[in-house]
Amino acid sequence: MSQLVWNGLFVGSFYALVALGYSMVYGVIKLLNFAHGDLYMLGAFSGFAMLGALGGLVRSQSLLALLLVLVATMLVTGLAGMALERVAYRPLRGAPRLSLLITAVGASFALEYGTRAAAGADPRVYQVRLGGTTLHVLGARVTVQQLVLVAIAVALMVALHRLVTSSRQGRAMRAIALDPVAARLMGIDVDAVIARTFFLGSALAGAAGVMAGGYYGKIDFLMGFIIGLKAFTAAVIGGIGNIPGTMLGGLLLGLLESFGTDLLGGEWRDVFAFGCLILFLTVRPTGLLGERVTERV
Amino acid sequence: MRLTKDTGPPVKPVRGRGDSALTRLLESRWLGWLGLALALAAPLVIATPYALNVMTSAAIFVMLAVGLNIVVGYCGLLDLGYAAFFAVGAYTSGVLATRLDVPLLATLPAVLAVTVVAGVVIGAPTLRLRSDYLAIVTLGFGEIIRIVATNLTVTGGPSGIYGIPGLFGDATSGAAVFYYVTVLIVAVAVLLAARLGRSRIGRAWRFIREDEDAAEAMGVHTYRTKLAAYVAGAVWGGMAGVLFGAHLSAISPASFTFLQSALVVMAVVLGGMGSTPGVVIGAVVISVVPELLRDLADYRFFAFGVLLIVVMILRPQGLWPHRSRETPHTAARSKGTDHAPG
Repeated sequence: MSQLVWNGLFVGSFYALVALGYSMVYGVIKLLNFAHGDLYMLGAFSGFAMLGALGGLVRSQSLLALLLVLVATMLVTGLAGMALERVAYRPLRGAPRLSLLITAVGASFALEYGTRAAAGADPRVYQVRLGGTTLHVLGARVTVQQLVLVAIAVALMVALHRLVTSSRQGRAMRAIALDPVAARLMGIDVDAVIARTFFLGSALAGAAGVMAGGYYGKIDFLMGFIIGLKAFTAAVIGGIGNIPGTMLGGLLLGLLESFGTDLLGGEWRDVFAFGCLILFLTVRPTGLLGERVTERV
Repeated sequence: MRLTKDTGPPVKPVRGRGDSALTRLLESRWLGWLGLALALAAPLVIATPYALNVMTSAAIFVMLAVGLNIVVGYCGLLDLGYAAFFAVGAYTSGVLATRLDVPLLATLPAVLAVTVVAGVVIGAPTLRLRSDYLAIVTLGFGEIIRIVATNLTVTGGPSGIYGIPGLFGDATSGAAVFYYVTVLIVAVAVLLAARLGRSRIGRAWRFIREDEDAAEAMGVHTYRTKLAAYVAGAVWGGMAGVLFGAHLSAISPASFTFLQSALVVMAVVLGGMGSTPGVVIGAVVISVVPELLRDLADYRFFAFGVLLIVVMILRPQGLWPHRSRETPHTAARSKGTDHAPG
């Protein structure tokens, strides 16, 4: 029982980290960045490349090396996210929603198969494998490494929440989310703020990618597809565009999956998760913490 | 009661520059026949088993693209899980034909019923949502269908179903015969889809695509109309699935991944959303080009992705766009009602 809860919370913290990027971008410019899951994949691959370059340090101090790589990767994926926004989404601002969605699908394809062309189609195995010491907490088996990863995820989320709620940058983001035209009239550089939003969201996804690589050990160029869908599910459950809601949604989805898997068997896990997505969209499309948005004509 | 006659001079329809020869050619009603003739003549030029195989697959892909065009092109709803309907059709006919020994043609009513139900089940909860939610939910449904097919025993698990009979029983039809039958069925499907697009409900679909709120205000029942588009798309996809099973005689979950759905979306978008000739050409290109460029297989999907972005930025209407206009026929009719005594 407590093992199921812990597993759920552990996986859920990954979901929450990826879902935050979805949710932030959606909150600010009402775009579903379909390629977001692929930035997670890109993070895992850039982490892989950097660990290869570090070499000796990896063998002696694997956790420290992973943390270094984590920070560097966040920078890389953040910049990649900004580049994506600049190339694919900015030229289409104001275009019909359908065009943006199709562009996002194209971007996702380009990222996936670009990585495949660069790194090969076969799965890669991470040089660092976080196994290790097991603790027993309330009857659940918890490894120290899991605790470290969850702590990193929580720290990143808290930092993001602070940034959005109490910094100048965060205020500008919230202003654009409310009304981009008025925000521009008030002297906010809307394009720059949107680019920074993409940077933040993509950096979080990249961090989750490195952590997943270090924990699960195997990465491949399609790994972002399912997690992108799951992150969307998490964002919808919590209330898309709402940051605390998205974190809650990620953890909740992790728990739901953990118990659902226990009930139905592992091969039905994804079916169960997407079933939850559809159920939530039917019953409460605004999510747990989202407010009802009236569409203006 | 008769309206007062307007006293001013009748307003002359403003005409821009006349249609160029190219436009007239591109919108000629003989174009469809030309395409059909080309498809029928192709085996006379090259008829190796490999070429026939490629051409049959291309024809089936055309049917898929035309079906998705109803949903994406006419109605403006992005469906990223279209392969789900393809799978539902292929599996329904495959299971009935192999487990219960029903002839393949006799499974068609069952396929029709199951795809309609699938369309309603997927569409009903999601079509009330914003359009971008719909895209991701259909993606989730595509995955659900594929995983269910992988996990159930009746669908043969990961290895799928094999030994599906041809359209007219086993072994009576060679590859060439099957190709011709496929082309004829697909031609009928293309014609039906094109006519559907010009019908009353087709106009309602385009209205919803352009402005859903305005359509609602003008009395179009948007939810029901969108559901109709969805179900029509599902039926086309399911029928294409039957052809697919009959063509390959074996199906497995690996044929119905997101990649398949995305390729159909690409065919529709590149050709021109809502334009039947554009979509047909787009589908032929998307399905034949990879065969011609086998060496570049690694870069092909990368190129497709980049191409999607470029098309959306530079030419969102596609390579061969749909032009909406009043035909002389309907123009005369609407003029007629003006003067009708009432």
